[in-house]
Amino acid sequence: MGEIEGAEVVREVDRGAEQRMDEWMGRLLQGGVTLAAALVLAGGVLYLLRHPMPTDYRQFHGEPQDLRSIRGIIANAKALNGSGLIQLGLLVLIATPVARVVYSVAAFAVQRDWKYVVITLIVLGLLCYSLFGQA
Amino acid sequence: MNTAEFSALIFVGSCLAGFLGALTGLGGGVVIVPMLTLLFRVDIKYAIGAALISVIATSSGAAAAYVREGYSNVRVGMFLEIATTIGAICGAVIAIYLRASVIAVIFGSVLLYSAFLSYRQKPHARGQVETGRLARWLQMDGSYPTANGREAYHVRNVPQGFGLMYIAGVLSGLLGIGSGAVKVLAMDQAMKLPFKVSTTTSNFMIGVTAAASAGIYLSRGYVDPGLAMPVMLGVLSGSLLGARVLTGATVKVLRIVFAVVIAALAVEMILNGLSGRI
Repeated sequence: MGEIEGAEVVREVDRGAEQRMDEWMGRLLQGGVTLAAALVLAGGVLYLLRHPMPTDYRQFHGEPQDLRSIRGIIANAKALNGSGLIQLGLLVLIATPVARVVYSVAAFAVQRDWKYVVITLIVLGLLCYSLFGQA
Repeated sequence: MNTAEFSALIFVGSCLAGFLGALTGLGGGVVIVPMLTLLFRVDIKYAIGAALISVIATSSGAAAAYVREGYSNVRVGMFLEIATTIGAICGAVIAIYLRASVIAVIFGSVLLYSAFLSYRQKPHARGQVETGRLARWLQMDGSYPTANGREAYHVRNVPQGFGLMYIAGVLSGLLGIGSGAVKVLAMDQAMKLPFKVSTTTSNFMIGVTAAASAGIYLSRGYVDPGLAMPVMLGVLSGSLLGARVLTGATVKVLRIVFAVVIAALAVEMILNGLSGRI
């Protein structure tokens, strides 16, 4: 009984710090979404200006290679290509949940919760595999 | 119809999807895919790519608020995310080899079942729950804010939850949806978390799951910028609007209306898939 109470007290103390970190994380997420939306909007305007005639989406063709790889997307974005900017914005968007996972690794490490550092690293590894492991 | 008009229509439709999604909790993905494939005749692979983007957008935009309120259980969420991300990767890879009509039929069936689940969702009976062995080792018990201050709760049946989360992940990667209904089912019914903790933790997890499949879709060329742009901007605008309009009574009626609409869309998807029109 005393052991459980002790753990409850420790949790109370931790929760204040946890809450503050959670709030920081929440703000980070929203910042990422805002940045992504800004990029997509800017790219969208450029895209609409340069593509007056609509694409046929009924047939699946697959995107050109330079809009599929990170290097290609960045190159396109730098050239102020509308599609490239949009894809860059989408990459930033996809990065926001990844950033949250990275943040969690740090948060668990600060709490010295090594079990969850490992668990979170596994999730991060799976995410990296899906993003970069497809050649 | 030129590109601007086309994009504007998709933007408006996505706004509506995001708005309804924010109000009812049934995500934007379930509306985006039928809307794009049935209404705009977009190939289902492009549609799913765009839907995954919208799922991440609403999840990251909204999850921020939930995390701040101290409801979601980060430990449960993070551990189960191992299952959902593996599932999402599997689902995205399977989708590459499946015919569009097959995906359409699966989509419609899952949609029907999902609408049924959400409509019938009754939180599990509150009673004495003992912490499961794996849950204890993983220190998953937590507490959440109630009217009487923070109330503690216990977690159990982690392996069952893990299995259900894997399925949720596969569905997310295969169909471009958030699978929130399955996630909440796993946490609420199987693992005995309080309902509000389940829903908020599910929102927190949905974005990570979608990111895993979105990465694969993007690198395989299934995400088209011209399509994803109005969808993402529309869904974000709609969900921001919806978050401000939340009132209790309206939500109940809306949820029923939404369930009916979803059911109709689901039947359409199945019929179109079976007849080969998708």
